[in-house]
Amino acid sequence: MTTLTDPPKDRFRFSQLIYDTRYRSITIQVVALVLIVAALTWLVNNTVENLEESGKTFSFAFLGQPAGYDINQMLIEYDNQMSHGRAALVGILNTLLVAFLGCVAATIIGVFVGVLRLSKNWVISRLMAVYVEGFRNIPLLLWIVLIFAFLSEGLPQPRDFRGEDPAASMSVFDSVAITGRGTYIPRVGFTNSLSGNEAVAPQEGMPPLASGLVDWLVIIGVVIASIIAMRYVSARANRIQQATGERPNTLWPNVAIFFVPLGIVLLLLGATISQPYLRGFNFTEGIFLRNSLIALWLALSLYTGAFIAEIVRAGILAVSKGQSEAAFALGLRPNRTMNLVILPQAMRVIVPPLISQYLNLTKNSSLAIAVGYMDVRATLGGITINQTGRELEGMLLLGGFYLSLSLIISAVMNYYNNRTKLMER
Amino acid sequence: MKKSVFLGALTVAGLAAGAAAAGTLDDVKARGTLNCGVSTGLAGFSTPDANGEWQGFDVAVCRAVAAAVLDDPMAVEFVPTTGQTRFTALASGEIDLLARNTTWTFSRDNDLKFEFVGVNYYDGQGFMAPRELGVSSAKDLDGATVCIQTGTTTELNLADFFRSNNISYEPVPIETNAEAQQQYLAGACDVYTTDASGLAATRATFENPGDHVLLPEIISKEPLGPLVRHGDNEWGDIARWTLNALIAAEELGITSANIEELSAGTDNPEINRLLGTEGELGAMIGLDSDWAKRAIMAGGNYGELFEKNIGESTPIGLARGLNAQWTDGGLIYAPPFR
Repeated sequence: MTTLTDPPKDRFRFSQLIYDTRYRSITIQVVALVLIVAALTWLVNNTVENLEESGKTFSFAFLGQPAGYDINQMLIEYDNQMSHGRAALVGILNTLLVAFLGCVAATIIGVFVGVLRLSKNWVISRLMAVYVEGFRNIPLLLWIVLIFAFLSEGLPQPRDFRGEDPAASMSVFDSVAITGRGTYIPRVGFTNSLSGNEAVAPQEGMPPLASGLVDWLVIIGVVIASIIAMRYVSARANRIQQATGERPNTLWPNVAIFFVPLGIVLLLLGATISQPYLRGFNFTEGIFLRNSLIALWLALSLYTGAFIAEIVRAGILAVSKGQSEAAFALGLRPNRTMNLVILPQAMRVIVPPLISQYLNLTKNSSLAIAVGYMDVRATLGGITINQTGRELEGMLLLGGFYLSLSLIISAVMNYYNNRTKLMER
Repeated sequence: MKKSVFLGALTVAGLAAGAAAAGTLDDVKARGTLNCGVSTGLAGFSTPDANGEWQGFDVAVCRAVAAAVLDDPMAVEFVPTTGQTRFTALASGEIDLLARNTTWTFSRDNDLKFEFVGVNYYDGQGFMAPRELGVSSAKDLDGATVCIQTGTTTELNLADFFRSNNISYEPVPIETNAEAQQQYLAGACDVYTTDASGLAATRATFENPGDHVLLPEIISKEPLGPLVRHGDNEWGDIARWTLNALIAAEELGITSANIEELSAGTDNPEINRLLGTEGELGAMIGLDSDWAKRAIMAGGNYGELFEKNIGESTPIGLARGLNAQWTDGGLIYAPPFR
């Protein structure tokens, strides 16, 4: 006879859900899940109820209705009879334009300032510190408004250029007009345009870019072909150099390959430079860079550039001093040491925080309304919502746009980061 | 089980909140102040004076409603709104009444779900240009740069006008009247367009008003009036009839000077009904019998408000024109108080 019995079987008790570590984490997760679901349900429910109460339906049909308002800066064809969707697209392109220009300029400013702040020259490094601290610690909106006010109040208006003895005159051989409304720069027009219109001027109601789009595509195609040919010539020179030790002259063939086809195409298209001139109330012809764009662009790049400068400085300081000492020992000059040794290694530290700066800049571009720049926030998120009363739909679309744009930017940057990061074997 | 009880409670709470939102009158009474949306500053219509107190023709409507409902014309919380934020502010319940030179249009009334309670100023869109520009007609404006407040009907009218006359322009979108004024004076735009009354009001604040001309063209109808949310008819009625009371008071000769005397009782039954000495009109809209008297006493009748804020004796100097009583050949007309 054995006295051994089965070990006492634990009966499951409810208190175990809290006191027993085996179950506690599950309990907490279930409770959290229920709370989150309840909060979401309440939000959606509340929205639906309030919409019903105010008699509004949830529909995106308004995007197809005629917009009825005009937009000053448009990269694609648009007039006020086109739909709200098209107006939103015009706004999206304007956002992308200023975000792209801003990111490029901010990176250039940031790298220069970041490197110069580490300069041994006391004056330069202090000046850069003043710039960084000044821009980093004052709200962006103030900079946008301030720069815009400087441009619109400080510069002469088109009417000052008129008359026998004008108060203002055009700069750079009478080809650039800097006014309180914006800057007019010369534009390349085509007399034998492939799009069929033999006009130097852009078509009525069409943005200058779109009216010569085919011609520009042809030119870009020719330039790319020339560059490929040039690389081929260099590769051939390298082969000959390795085989015989003598490098054939590549300078003149390359110059010819680049400029001859380009010149022929430009001649065939009848490219002419049209300079802005005063007609009626404003300058006409040429490309018009509005002050709203310039102010927003400058403010965004100077502001974000200050942050990027700090990131670059941190990245450079993260590279151990031995690296530059080794480079100096090999006889590299400080310039080349920076470009060939320090910066490539610093990039690994710089890129991840740089992504958030790009995202910040892109989202900050929605402050455009302060200076009347017609970005997507001003068209879809402003006038369209105001005219149609579709706040919820408009804001959802706007949120969706900024979300996808940010995700695309970080995806691209993460791809770059993965390519440049330290490969550990 | 627990979850469904919780959700049920939430639904009940949501419904209760929905029901409460419908009773704007009760909300205002419970709060003790009227939240009134006005512009961010337009001389004569709504602008804070040197003491920070809001003054103007639109402000007077808010004060009259507050006097009728709360017995205190000063019990108004003014919320400055821009052309873009005004509708969201009203739809979300942040304000109870919007009195901000807002044009009554079909889509605002129906699509945006608002209720215009009347017209307090019949206006039209005009243009203002510097005299030195030598422009005599809006049709000469081909290629001009035009400052325009975004989110307004004027933005749409402008597009229509230039389109139908087949001339081009460059719009400069601007958020508030003050910014538009600054940009116009800086020369960032050749002309400024908005309601003619707004142009007159803006010009009156310039250093040299004589240097700027209003062009003769009036390109649209802009009936400006106060508005409330759709769906709360009691509150809409109070706002509508407060405005009508101010208009009727002028027609009937009731002024802030003689109202005390008239409210003792007169031979005119309509005056008696309006001032509450006869009939039960106040009770019909959920207020006491003195409501209209208080509304009129807040600033005077329609004509007095007009003269005091924007009339010919003020720097803004608007003539009554369309805004005269119907008996004087204008459009201002109140339905009978009966």
